[in-house]
Amino acid sequence: MALLDVCGISDWVKEDTFSAQKASVDRVNHFNFAAREPELAVPIGVDPAEFLKPFTDCEDGVEGVTIKLEHGTTTLAFKFQHGVMVAVDSRASAGAYVSTQMFKKVIEINPYLLGTMSGSAADCVYWERVLARECRIYKLRNKERISVSAASKLLANMVANYRGMGLSMGTMICGWDKKGPGLYYVDDNGLRLSGNMFSTGSGNSYAYGVMDSGYRYDLTVPEAYDLAQRAIFHATHRDAYSGGTVNMYHMQETGWIKVSQEDVGELYHRFAAEKK
Amino acid sequence: VMISARAYGDNGKMKEYHYTGPVEHKFSPYAFNGGTVLAVAGEDFALVASDTRLSEGYSIHSRDSPKCYKLTDTTVIGCSGFHGDCLTLTKIIEARLKMYKHSNNKSMTSGAIAAMLSTILYGKRFFPYYVYNIIGGLDEEGRGAVYSFDPVGSYQRDTYKAGGSASAMLQPLLDNQIGFKNMENVEQLPLTLEKAVQLVKDVFISAAERDVYTGDALKICIITKEGIREEIVPLRKD
Repeated sequence: MALLDVCGISDWVKEDTFSAQKASVDRVNHFNFAAREPELAVPIGVDPAEFLKPFTDCEDGVEGVTIKLEHGTTTLAFKFQHGVMVAVDSRASAGAYVSTQMFKKVIEINPYLLGTMSGSAADCVYWERVLARECRIYKLRNKERISVSAASKLLANMVANYRGMGLSMGTMICGWDKKGPGLYYVDDNGLRLSGNMFSTGSGNSYAYGVMDSGYRYDLTVPEAYDLAQRAIFHATHRDAYSGGTVNMYHMQETGWIKVSQEDVGELYHRFAAEKK
Repeated sequence: VMISARAYGDNGKMKEYHYTGPVEHKFSPYAFNGGTVLAVAGEDFALVASDTRLSEGYSIHSRDSPKCYKLTDTTVIGCSGFHGDCLTLTKIIEARLKMYKHSNNKSMTSGAIAAMLSTILYGKRFFPYYVYNIIGGLDEEGRGAVYSFDPVGSYQRDTYKAGGSASAMLQPLLDNQIGFKNMENVEQLPLTLEKAVQLVKDVFISAAERDVYTGDALKICIITKEGIREEIVPLRKD
């Protein structure tokens, strides 16, 4: 029952050990439609990461079959005296084709927690949705919001189970909890780091350059907005796989606010006009 | 459908042809069956259109194999890529829709179907369904909604999207005509149903000219609060 699952009771209600009911694992290829428990299928007898490589990585794929998965991006986040700034681009590319210029790379887990996405779009969207569900269940069971540290640890442990199988995910979990502003970097190897400034994705080096040259802990709020926006803009200008719009969020003590969403074309003209 | 493991070099590219000794042939579980799908969302309508050609390599298996599948009274899905996976995927979606209907005593909304499809696709993250999906329908407020997916479940809500073999040809044209991208000083009129249907027909006629896998006929499913209406338009058969 759904209510029993949320309360966590079905975890410690023991199944009848003599029941004839065997695990799905013993019935090869049996598909329970994933209606109750999530089911993750793997190709039989092959290393999953190696299986997909000829389809995703080669130009012509295998006999004309290419499976291009959506990737992106440049994302960044930094802590400063007034909280945490988060800025991302919005391009999702499938190989050399731009699938969309308006992809949402920040997931709003709850009013005090944000997750950014870089790497494989599907991996990030799926695992961060599972994280959002776990955070909600935590709040229901414990009557208080989950800490940023715990949320990032949950995500890191979830993906560490699939290490080496070809997941690609670089994410930053940002929030405000009892300890103040929190910023953690989590990636597909299960690496989890706490820090004051991170940038992920194919355009991260460009973003670091701009951020490092303008960053101080005591930035004012408008200065921080400007710095974050410029860093992403410059990354989109030079990295082919980043582009679209710059989406900015500001994590404050009262929760996050969405600051702006501006097309990089407009930003280009605005910054060019400033130079004159 | 055979692929040879020995024929691929370390960088993943095919090696030059010459006899290298006994070669191991592996079975490839996928095939490319072609086809293009397109969906457009308006203020109070949605369109899902697909061509009806089913091909493989240099052959055409069928000229009457549409890629739009009706899911509920307000939602249609277009699937192109590998036809075997399209059929299995639609079968699984329909089963899940029935299970939901029996448990919750109501039909799934477009947004719910999209979220569910994302998890179904991700369940095969390590052995993907080779299908490019686009869902078109009406949301709970009666406004048009389009959801586009990659093969492993990354998705989002759009106003318009093209998928399948001719997608790279159609998408830029839609960006310009429906999204008004890269145009300045133009009046941005809202898209009417008649204009959208005409645009879809024109755009597929162009795609059939230049993409070998697209042609034969075009099937448009028009979703409004009155229900789902179908229109069939012939395309080039060459």
